[in-house]
Amino acid sequence: MKPIIEVKHVWKEYQKGIDRRYKSLRDTITSIPGRIFGEEKEKFWALEDIDFRVDAGESLGIIGKNGAGKSTLLKILSRITPPTKGEIVLRGRVASLLEVGTGFHPELTGRENIFFNGSILGMKNQEIKRKFDEIVDFSGVESFIDTPLKHYSSGMQMRLAFSVAAHLESEILLIDEVLAVGDAEFQKKCIGKMDDVSKGEGKTILFVSHDLILIKNLCQFGILIKDGKIKPKKEVNLTITEYLKNLKTHIFDISNSSRRGLNRLKFTKIEFLGGNKKSTQFNLVKSGESLNIRFYYSSIIRSSNIKFSIGINSQIGQRICILNSDMLKSNLNIHTGQGFFELSIKRLPLTIGSYTANVYCEVDSILEDWIKDAFCFEVIGGDFYKIGKEYPKHNGNVYFEFNII
Amino acid sequence: MSAPEAPFEIIIKPKSVFTLGWKELWQYRELLYFFTWKEIKVRYKQAALGILWTLLQPLAMMTIFVLLLAQGMGLKTGNIPAPVYYLCGLLIWNLFNHGVTHASQSMVSNANIIKKIYFPRLVIPLSAVLTSSFDFMISLVLFYGLLLYYSIINSFSVAWLHLGISILIAYIIVIFTAFSLGTFLSAINVKYRDVRYVLPFLIQTLFFITPVMYDTSIIKQPWIKTILELNPLNFAIDLIRNNIINSSTFLWPEWSFWVPVVIILLYITAIYTFRKTEAYFADIV
Repeated sequence: MKPIIEVKHVWKEYQKGIDRRYKSLRDTITSIPGRIFGEEKEKFWALEDIDFRVDAGESLGIIGKNGAGKSTLLKILSRITPPTKGEIVLRGRVASLLEVGTGFHPELTGRENIFFNGSILGMKNQEIKRKFDEIVDFSGVESFIDTPLKHYSSGMQMRLAFSVAAHLESEILLIDEVLAVGDAEFQKKCIGKMDDVSKGEGKTILFVSHDLILIKNLCQFGILIKDGKIKPKKEVNLTITEYLKNLKTHIFDISNSSRRGLNRLKFTKIEFLGGNKKSTQFNLVKSGESLNIRFYYSSIIRSSNIKFSIGINSQIGQRICILNSDMLKSNLNIHTGQGFFELSIKRLPLTIGSYTANVYCEVDSILEDWIKDAFCFEVIGGDFYKIGKEYPKHNGNVYFEFNII
Repeated sequence: MSAPEAPFEIIIKPKSVFTLGWKELWQYRELLYFFTWKEIKVRYKQAALGILWTLLQPLAMMTIFVLLLAQGMGLKTGNIPAPVYYLCGLLIWNLFNHGVTHASQSMVSNANIIKKIYFPRLVIPLSAVLTSSFDFMISLVLFYGLLLYYSIINSFSVAWLHLGISILIAYIIVIFTAFSLGTFLSAINVKYRDVRYVLPFLIQTLFFITPVMYDTSIIKQPWIKTILELNPLNFAIDLIRNNIINSSTFLWPEWSFWVPVVIILLYITAIYTFRKTEAYFADIV
């Protein structure tokens, strides 16, 4: 039997920077001299020679850092954007859940939105009618089904959206981070549904996520995309190991990151240090272990009125916590030239998963430097409570020190 | 997006071929229906008077025209009562105006859907034009009401049939023209937002060369007359006006071979432009 998905040497080119957005006629006219005199617009390959096969019934996890090209690949597979070179053959109907709730309209009722959204996703009128009860039932919003969507909570909207998407009939399912919806209970329900779909119904699934645990649970195989290039398809565990190996670094050079602020003080690099501060440690850390991170800066001002903070976000962009120097008794000083702040955490209270962090610094109440997603790290699990076992993911992001008597 | 009646094999390639895509559009006809249905629903959901607006707008404009042009300036409208005369022009003009305006903005205002899901993009401008057809149908009620009021149609007769046919032909001409122009502008608008500034000016210019407020016969200058003849709307309005008053024969207005040429050229340009840029909409919108 022929593979259900054949991706043959696919390349995708994008223009760098602002050119991807729409332009005004003026921009085009003013750029004419540049084009005549041979100033080439900067282009880059978002995907380079992607080539793989997927057999029917396989579930394939696509792993890679932000910007590696995973989403571009899914967009090409779902025909939203064409490849620049190469060819893809899909032998089956495709349902793509690149974002649930696409086309939801706040003025329409839940019922009307199910029909419109279902239709956009490719369902036929008859099919929607047939599955209507099932969809409503799964979403758990029965009592609000004839209420305009604008009166729904965002959780309810997401649940409805996912329910529609989960009931699509197709042989191939493309999923991009859609499981990050709703509360923990609904998430579990979604994951259960995904599991049914892949293992029970024998659909072919391509799944992009940052959640390595989820990928491990749902997928048999994995491919790794790094800087637009693909690593061969392997068993999912091997791909994850390879990814983690690739991911680790102990120094983040952020001197050229995009940032805001006056920049009289500027962060230059971030270094992960081991618990004893001497040995270097990679940005793969275990729950419950100590962690030191150094933030190197260069400054042309001096002051002792510093507000320095680190905001930690989960992989879906949800703020987990903020660590602010204002919360501490001691005062920070900066002097001109190079220096560093050092963050030390005694027992890391985060659960397994990927995290990103923003760095922010105010000097004399003026914003000097603010870098979003300045660094990232991977918590690889650990025995926070020192009881000899790890607690599973999908039960929150943080550990508390607590007692129950 | 499991395509209805999906082919067993979908081949994704860099877009280069020029195809019309009507076949694929046919496969997605239900989506077209839902798009149009959604547009109509959303449009009137929060308006207190809802669908009544569709009747009030042309009614108000017609009243102004009657007061200003017929009463104020004493313009003659032949043997057609002034309200019927102006409403006829307004219906056609509104159909065109709304169709073009909505269609040209449609791709940009549905950007979030375009970026997430595949379907033939032509569904979007087409549904925008169809939405304005809905308004047209509603305001036809008003038109027929006026005809009854002025005792222009009393009982079923062949004249009545002629009027119906002339409206249908006019509708097809206008919708086709609006679709072509709207689709062309929507494709340009994705790349150049200048369309937003050009459009009101363009619409206004077109309004002046469309005989809504006047009769083509009052134009004396030959070259201006030629420009008017290029305008398919001119033909559409004249066609209906010719067949309003009871007549036993179907009356074609004076027509120029330019009308079909203009319509076909517009259509080809529009589809060509749209097809050429369609594939990359998601990247630049």
